[in-house]
Amino acid sequence: MQVPILKQGAYLIATVQSALTDEDLKQLRDTLVERVSVVRARGVIVDVTALDVIDSFATRTLRDVAHMIRLRGAETVIVGIQPEVAFSMVKLGLTLEGVATSLDLEEGLAYLDRKGKGPGHEVRTHR
Amino acid sequence: MRFALIADEVRVAIDSDADIVSARQKGRGLASQCGFPSTDLAVVATAISELARNIVRYAVRGEVILRLIDDNGRRGVEVVATDDGPGIPDITLAMQDGYSTSGSLGLGLPGVRRLMDEFEIASDFGKGTTVTARKWKR
Ligand SMILES: Nc1ncnc2c1ncn2[C@@H]1O[C@H](COP(=O)(O)OP(=O)(O)OP(=O)(O)O)[C@@H](O)[C@H]1O
Ligand SMILES: [Mg+2]
Repeated sequence: MQVPILKQGAYLIATVQSALTDEDLKQLRDTLVERVSVVRARGVIVDVTALDVIDSFATRTLRDVAHMIRLRGAETVIVGIQPEVAFSMVKLGLTLEGVATSLDLEEGLAYLDRKGKGPGHEVRTHR
Repeated sequence: MRFALIADEVRVAIDSDADIVSARQKGRGLASQCGFPSTDLAVVATAISELARNIVRYAVRGEVILRLIDDNGRRGVEVVATDDGPGIPDITLAMQDGYSTSGSLGLGLPGVRRLMDEFEIASDFGKGTTVTARKWKR
């Protein structure tokens, strides 16, 4: 199952549509890390609203995505983690430490906009 | 068997990535048939995902058996993950948070124990592993 990735202004938005296998998750990670520099994106949003399970492998991969993209000089936000998914993650002992999360796409975009304007960050106009 | 079966059990052969997804979807389906609240559907699906992945990663292949069970009117889901793989030499160690022989997070087994209401693990070194976990409808 391929995850569509859209470019919106200076951001890349990956919207998960259905359950992902481990292989799909790895492919999403690799594609995002590659695309972020090709299109010179300043931020990446991964929308996981459609995921009904975020287990240890998915958590580790999302964390890797965020850390790799940060090393490429951009920011990542994971948006749309469902309440029951969050509950299971916490019970399992999983954390997304050091990874930004937002309620939904709108909040995620607002977060990236704020980040881009923050002190110490180069301000670029986009759109 | 200790509990009465409410419906036919569902058996999912596990030997690839895609089987992990299909096992957890079938488990979720079964639990929702039983009327579990959505939080518990996610809990059951997540537990199945961890157990099925352990099979693929450490035993290469095995099976996940899903059952709707009844214990004197109390209904629940039973998940049995079983394989003929290498087995676990030290179960106490494997059940500890953070213990992993594959450089992973080491949260699968202890996490499944926290997620589910009942948890049993039997492993013979060299012969395979069977994990049985149950979630009861509240
Ligand atoms: N079915 C199995 N067959 C053989 N060994 C297993 C099996 N399941 C688990 N183990 C052993 O128990 C250890 C702990 O398993 P657990 O699922 O808790 O953590 P993990 O798989 O290493 O990491 P994580 O699940 O967090 O990605 C594993 O590293 C492995 O050595
Ligand atoms: Mg595991």
